[in-house]
Amino acid sequence: MTDQSITSLARIAPQKAPPARGPFGLEKKVFDQIVLAIVLVGLAAWIIPNINWRFVDRYWLRYLEGILVTFQLVFLSVGIGALLSLPIALARLSKRKWLTLPARAYITFFRGTPLLAQLFLLYYGAGQFNAAFEAAGLWWFFREPFYVAVLTFTFNTAAYQAEIMRGAIQSLPAGQAEAASALGISRWPTFFKVVLPQAYIVALRPLGNELILMIKGSAIASIVTVLDLMGITSLAYARSFNFQAFFWAALLYLIAVEAVRRIWDRLERHLTRHLALSH
Amino acid sequence: MTQFNRFAVAAVAVAGMLGGIASASAQDVVRIGTEGAYPPFNFTDSNGELKGFDIDIAQALCDEMDVTCEFVAQDWDGIIPALLANRYDAIIASMSITEERMEIVDFTDKYYQTPARFIMRDGSDISDTSPDALAGMTIGAQSATIHANFLEDIYADSDIRLYPTQDEANLDLAAGRIDLILADSIVLYEWLETDDGSCCTFVGDAYSDPDYFGFGAGIALRQEDDELRERFNAALAAIIENGTWQDINDDYFPFSIY
Repeated sequence: MTDQSITSLARIAPQKAPPARGPFGLEKKVFDQIVLAIVLVGLAAWIIPNINWRFVDRYWLRYLEGILVTFQLVFLSVGIGALLSLPIALARLSKRKWLTLPARAYITFFRGTPLLAQLFLLYYGAGQFNAAFEAAGLWWFFREPFYVAVLTFTFNTAAYQAEIMRGAIQSLPAGQAEAASALGISRWPTFFKVVLPQAYIVALRPLGNELILMIKGSAIASIVTVLDLMGITSLAYARSFNFQAFFWAALLYLIAVEAVRRIWDRLERHLTRHLALSH
Repeated sequence: MTQFNRFAVAAVAVAGMLGGIASASAQDVVRIGTEGAYPPFNFTDSNGELKGFDIDIAQALCDEMDVTCEFVAQDWDGIIPALLANRYDAIIASMSITEERMEIVDFTDKYYQTPARFIMRDGSDISDTSPDALAGMTIGAQSATIHANFLEDIYADSDIRLYPTQDEANLDLAAGRIDLILADSIVLYEWLETDDGSCCTFVGDAYSDPDYFGFGAGIALRQEDDELRERFNAALAAIIENGTWQDINDDYFPFSIY
């Protein structure tokens, strides 16, 4: 084949793929939407007549308060955890032993033990040494279950996020940094302006997963008397013995996770729009 | 040969199931659900065995009814749901007989009755335990208890913290995270006698309003198990009559808690 024929082939504009076909000769997208609608209507028809409205009337406001507390827990800890994760990831990547070893130990501990155990350790552990904390002027912080829960979740998520960031930074081709160095850009500007923005794009998806995992993981805070969504649920269940308490909790967690996932998807699409081939 | 083997396996399985059904209907084993974290009434000792006043009473009742007791430990939060789910046949775990609970389970007559009380740390500046006096204070209780319900309804201006077990509430009172605890007076008394409990002391009056605190501790059963309830009631009357109840009481307490 000659160069001529290749260019002439390339001149034919790429054609849009035909819409995927589903059953009954319907377009697949339309078919999927019909199935989804049938499932949702069926579920609603099954659930709505069985709703105990007295339960709903008594607890709906408290459930909303609960989900607000859940969001506070998650966004505070994931946000502060994100700030902490970067230095930890850098320490972990460092060539200096005195930096890598503590970072490694930290990550191993917080990823290798259950979140529940970490919360108990911090909450009741701090309670045992309250005199020392009082002397240090820190007791006001460790006294409140909400603060201790945020602290524990922050430590935990910082470890996971540090590993995500480490992987993302390592996934970038060495040529990126080398090219920057060839242009005479020094180390830190290279890191912040060349490496880090690209690393964040690689890390976006796993960071979104971590956020969603924390929404569900935060239910553990109810064990130390924080009235998050799960705390309200056990309260309502203990009082009413109505199994519906868990149904509403599951529904609200589902809505919360779905909403966050969609927002995150949007964010991701927006931030990676320069990489997108077609949208 | 394979055909025969399959038949044999099926026959054994069916025989096993029938056997299971037969022994369940004869009721020579009664499965008792208890918490195992509520000293001195029911707790797990260092050998992992269930001990306490509730366990001894249950054992005496089973002896009286001539059945074998099989104990099942279950977290307090799920203790009624697990009964309804047929994980055991009766709850003997210091459960107070209340109107709320009677909507979903049945109770035998009471086998003991003790009032509720508040405790605080030594030297706390609290003398009055009325809802007004405790407004803004932090009060702990075990969740899903009569004490929790009472606090939620009456002490709406206080910060109520609910714990999965009584032990955890005690830890937080000792640590100074909460100002008071409301719980059963005997349970609190036992804890105050320990080293950990030396921090704290009783405050205010005893509470026993039947609207909240019920009519004493009874044995909870599924509502359809009338026959078992009658047998428990008869056995309970018998052990009170013949002095067994009093003997068990005296093993634990220097005064009668009936």
